[in-house]
Amino acid sequence: MSVASRLGVRLEPRVDVPRWMNWAVPIGSFLSALLVGSVVLLITSQNPISVYQRILERGFLDSGSLSNTLISATPLLFTGLCAAVAFRVGFFNIGGEGQFYVGAVFASGIALALGADAQSWIAIGAMILAGALGGALWAFIPGILRARFRTNEIITSLMLNYVAGIGATYLIFESDSFWRELSGTGAVFPKGKIIPLTAQWPSFDLGTLVVPFGLLLGVLVAVWLHVLQRRTRFGYEMRVVGGAPSTARYAGMRPARVVVAVAMLSGALAGLGGATDVGNFRHVLDPKGLQQSGFGYAGIVVAALARLNPLAVVFVAIILGGITNAGYALQGPDFPAGLVGTLEGLILFCTLGGEVLARYRIVLSRRRPEAMSA
Amino acid sequence: MSVNDNLFVIILASAIFYGTPLVFAALGELLSERSGVINLGVEGMMLLGAVCSAVVAANLDGPAALVLPLALLAGMAAAALGAAIHAFLVITLRVNQIISGLALTIFAGAAGLSSYLANVWGLGRNPSLNQFGRMDLFGLKDVPVVGPILFDQTLLTYLSWLLVGLAMVYLFRTRMGLHLRAVGESPQTADSVGIPVTRYRYGHVIVGGMFAGIAGACYSLTIVPTWANGLTSGAGWIALALVIFGFWRPDLTLVGAYLFGALSSLSFTLQARGIDVPSALLNALPYLATIVVLVLVSNSRLSRRLGSPAALGRPYEREER
Repeated sequence: MSVASRLGVRLEPRVDVPRWMNWAVPIGSFLSALLVGSVVLLITSQNPISVYQRILERGFLDSGSLSNTLISATPLLFTGLCAAVAFRVGFFNIGGEGQFYVGAVFASGIALALGADAQSWIAIGAMILAGALGGALWAFIPGILRARFRTNEIITSLMLNYVAGIGATYLIFESDSFWRELSGTGAVFPKGKIIPLTAQWPSFDLGTLVVPFGLLLGVLVAVWLHVLQRRTRFGYEMRVVGGAPSTARYAGMRPARVVVAVAMLSGALAGLGGATDVGNFRHVLDPKGLQQSGFGYAGIVVAALARLNPLAVVFVAIILGGITNAGYALQGPDFPAGLVGTLEGLILFCTLGGEVLARYRIVLSRRRPEAMSA
Repeated sequence: MSVNDNLFVIILASAIFYGTPLVFAALGELLSERSGVINLGVEGMMLLGAVCSAVVAANLDGPAALVLPLALLAGMAAAALGAAIHAFLVITLRVNQIISGLALTIFAGAAGLSSYLANVWGLGRNPSLNQFGRMDLFGLKDVPVVGPILFDQTLLTYLSWLLVGLAMVYLFRTRMGLHLRAVGESPQTADSVGIPVTRYRYGHVIVGGMFAGIAGACYSLTIVPTWANGLTSGAGWIALALVIFGFWRPDLTLVGAYLFGALSSLSFTLQARGIDVPSALLNALPYLATIVVLVLVSNSRLSRRLGSPAALGRPYEREER
């Protein structure tokens, strides 16, 4: 028998978590993710220091880079809130991606329908509502299936991502839909109609920093969610349903209703993100671009890193937005696509492991021979 | 025109061809779930397997009989490594299985490591030199109807049949299989009679990863021989649904896999025949069907009785004794 097998590793719950750990654990997790990431980079013969340095420069430090980071952070903020709200009640909505697309379809649809004559605030307000509605309807499907038939929402919401992607592609590439530009170059290369100028969302200059209206909207929504979760009856029901569904039932709540409501709220948040994508940034329904971005999936990372706390989502979205933005800016042979997702995944793994270290103590113990088999 | 050009025969034959990766992936997930561990990282592990086997097949010179098994092994090893991360996080560190599995798919998936590796190693520029071709088993390829369906498949398909058979015997006819089911149903009870719960869980999660690796190799070495990022396009998630659809039984899972294989091949098959059906609808069909099937299964009384392993998704904490 080797020494290693005789030594047992046990996790023992901590009675109280030392204060310094609240800071040390996330930072330590982040640093270990960078360390593991540099091993991956070294194996694939990249220089980790220069890669990280360039991410830092292009994501945060170079002039104008922070403004671009805020643009990348905006969709992540919405999809992060989408996942955070749903995961809180144990509704694992992986469908933020599809709900984002549907929000973009609805928002661009209403902007095109209102046309250039609509007043700007009406057009923008209508896009916000339409985007939220689209996302909510798309999330209603897994929500009601879970509530009525106890169907696994992870798989149904994920399948709907593909359906939404195929649907959006159909609108632009495979049909003469209302969304598609049929005149000019659009007759040769399929593309969407650009929404009228009046429907395009503003951005605000704060000194050198450009803040998109969508980001401000997202921050407002995050604060509203925080209040909703902490200060309202519905928030209380959400917490009980998420923590102890049977208790909720005994207390006279209706977990099924709460689940459907949260599913739709969650979808509405992702749909808002889709509206932002059209209104603030692309100004067009771009199915290929949407599917390449994968904002919905990255939102899950954001939510998990933020420990499902809406206010923390804002912060994490900006950090990951920086990495994403650097990924766009640097894409090329020295900075291959896929690196951003790899780093995000590593950060998530290390954070998950790190949280365990915060909650438990690792105890090394010699095992008694009869316990060897475990 | 021979009988074998009949549309029905072609659809059945391609159902098996396109269903084969689903069989491997679902079988792997089934083993993992039977031990009580959900692994939502199937899609990610498949892509890792796909990229690593593609790299070996594209770059190694040599006879196909040597290169292909090595490519397969590389894919299995890479996916198993991914599964091992998940196993460590959820079994030893008791992290939430759902979050950890999602993390694995995000880490390894289409926007992550698999695409990164494909880029770094220059896949997509040069298609695989070596592929698993169709094998005329016993020279029976031209037999009417059953020939193209059963005897003109790739080696991987025959391997999948073997593994499904072995898994049936293993689960329901061997002592280890019984122990495995006990670990998935009630780890406390299993532990109390001396079954090494942790070791069983690690083992089956990792073997499940290897199966997912073969599933990925099915794509990069037969179905989509020129690399494209995210080439499995959600098959890993369909495999997760298939485990539920098959009530955690290998044989029923195989049937489900071929059903979905038929659906995903329908758009190519019908288009090749010049039958005009909107391709968007056909492309969406496997995903919509997954939802419908899941609803049907979750609504039936049957699923309660035949349903999932009782301890599925729950970490096992051995109290100090």
